[in-house]
Amino acid sequence: MSLTTFLNAMPGAVAQGLIWGIMAIGVYITYKVLDIADLTVDGSMCTGGAVCAMMMISGHGVAVSLIVAVLAGMLAGLVTGIFHTFMGIPAILAGILTQLSLYSINLKIMGKANVALSVRNYDVLVSLNYIRNVPFYKNTILVVAIFVVVLIAFLYWYFGTEMGCGVRATGNNLNMARAQGINTNFYKVFGLVISNGIVALSGALLAQYQGFADVNMARGAIVIGLAAVIIGQALFGRLLRGNFALKLLRVALGGIVYFIVYQTVILAGLDPDLLKMLSAVVVAIFLAVPYWKTKYFTKPSVKGGKDNA
Amino acid sequence: MLELQHVYKTFNPGTVNAKTALDDLCLTLNDGDFVTVIGGNGAGKSTMLNAISGVWKPDSGKVIIDGVDVTNMPEYKRAKFLGRVFQDPMMGTAASMGIDENLALAARRGKRRGLAWGVTKKEKAQYRDLLASLDLGLEDRMTSKVGLLSGGQRQAVTLLMASLQEPKLLLLDEHTAALDPKTAAKVLALSDEIVARNRLTTLMVTHNMHDAIAHGNRLIMMHNGRVILDISGEEKKKLTVEDLLEKFTAVSGQEFANDRALLS
Repeated sequence: MSLTTFLNAMPGAVAQGLIWGIMAIGVYITYKVLDIADLTVDGSMCTGGAVCAMMMISGHGVAVSLIVAVLAGMLAGLVTGIFHTFMGIPAILAGILTQLSLYSINLKIMGKANVALSVRNYDVLVSLNYIRNVPFYKNTILVVAIFVVVLIAFLYWYFGTEMGCGVRATGNNLNMARAQGINTNFYKVFGLVISNGIVALSGALLAQYQGFADVNMARGAIVIGLAAVIIGQALFGRLLRGNFALKLLRVALGGIVYFIVYQTVILAGLDPDLLKMLSAVVVAIFLAVPYWKTKYFTKPSVKGGKDNA
Repeated sequence: MLELQHVYKTFNPGTVNAKTALDDLCLTLNDGDFVTVIGGNGAGKSTMLNAISGVWKPDSGKVIIDGVDVTNMPEYKRAKFLGRVFQDPMMGTAASMGIDENLALAARRGKRRGLAWGVTKKEKAQYRDLLASLDLGLEDRMTSKVGLLSGGQRQAVTLLMASLQEPKLLLLDEHTAALDPKTAAKVLALSDEIVARNRLTTLMVTHNMHDAIAHGNRLIMMHNGRVILDISGEEKKKLTVEDLLEKFTAVSGQEFANDRALLS
């Protein structure tokens, strides 16, 4: 791998990482704020891409298409929420059920497994062709970065409101939340709706970026989202700590790092077929670290040694 | 203020593990009553509080708070009538939220939660004064995560939260049981103070007979899911632990089987 190829691949990796960073922010809301591992995202991300692609193909503008894609994702979150709260299905299973049914739904939305959304034929907002040799305001990295900043600003505001505090309390302590008059079921559904709306936004941007929507485009998305959350926490946890906006920012940065590493290992000649397995192993190890830390490394006095994180 | 009318609750009905936790429980609390509740393990003390707060619905019977029949009201809705402090200090607060945010959550109990700020500037000033009155130094750590506080500090904050929106009824469920004796005494004193200051109608479950006698104006003893002893006024003031044990044996026909209560 020459340095030039590597450097040439980097802007693309950053753009892709930011798009997935948006998805990871959605995962952060369910996984960290609500304390629910929501597997709907594998389906709702693709739904976002599929809806956006079909809307644009049928002649709608990019803004309307994005909005409808987000609404479709929110609907998916609503279904999972109803499965979980109204029907009493454990959250993980509720997400899996929605995800499975979304596979069929996504096929029906697109009519086939894969639709093209070529940058030449449609006025897309982001694209892998818009990384170089375009006016700066059209540059995909900038456009996605603006999405990320606006999204973080919105979520920072929202989770500071009375309603947002209700969502956070629900994720923190269900007993306490109910004792304080918080309708925990409502807030769980609400959190799932917001999260999947964000994930669908990411899917819609990804479909534009790569120039197609595919029924398998988000397979294993939850793992990539978790990887971004975990990487962000591990690498930037010290640097960007404190307020909620910084926590979300480090999730987005985690997405970028993930895709830089991803590009690097591909360029280094690793069989791309193995990538998903590699991601899973990395996430598994990072999830295990806190557990191992408490189990094996909590001694009354630890002398010297480096942090095992 | 509170009326429990013929409340029944059986857990795991129809199985070998069936356990009748509340058996025709009747209890009326007058406005301003501070009632302490004692009883052996499995007597139904916590079950009674759960019936009142709506953790589940009773099999039959009625729960009436301040004239409102809340029997079928979900837990989060009847929360507007109730202030609750739990045995487990972890249970009453949101660990990864700030002290101020926890108080603000409690200040909105029973109110609509909208898109206004979760904690306003005005509130912060008010909470600072309230926290200062606890004398635990918490007023300077308003934005600290509650998870960083000790058990006693958390119970003190939970007490404050329970009384912030003046509740119709304060439910204290062995709220000092998990604390060391010194902290427990402090939290109990604080409970007394808060109850007196706001003239709250209170139901306090305790395993400590001394505490049950020393606090409140009325004492009830539970056994097998019903109230077997109800003492108030002058009679309560003269009570001793020995009296209670004797009365328990006389009424229930059993020895009081709870080492925790006897040894403390």
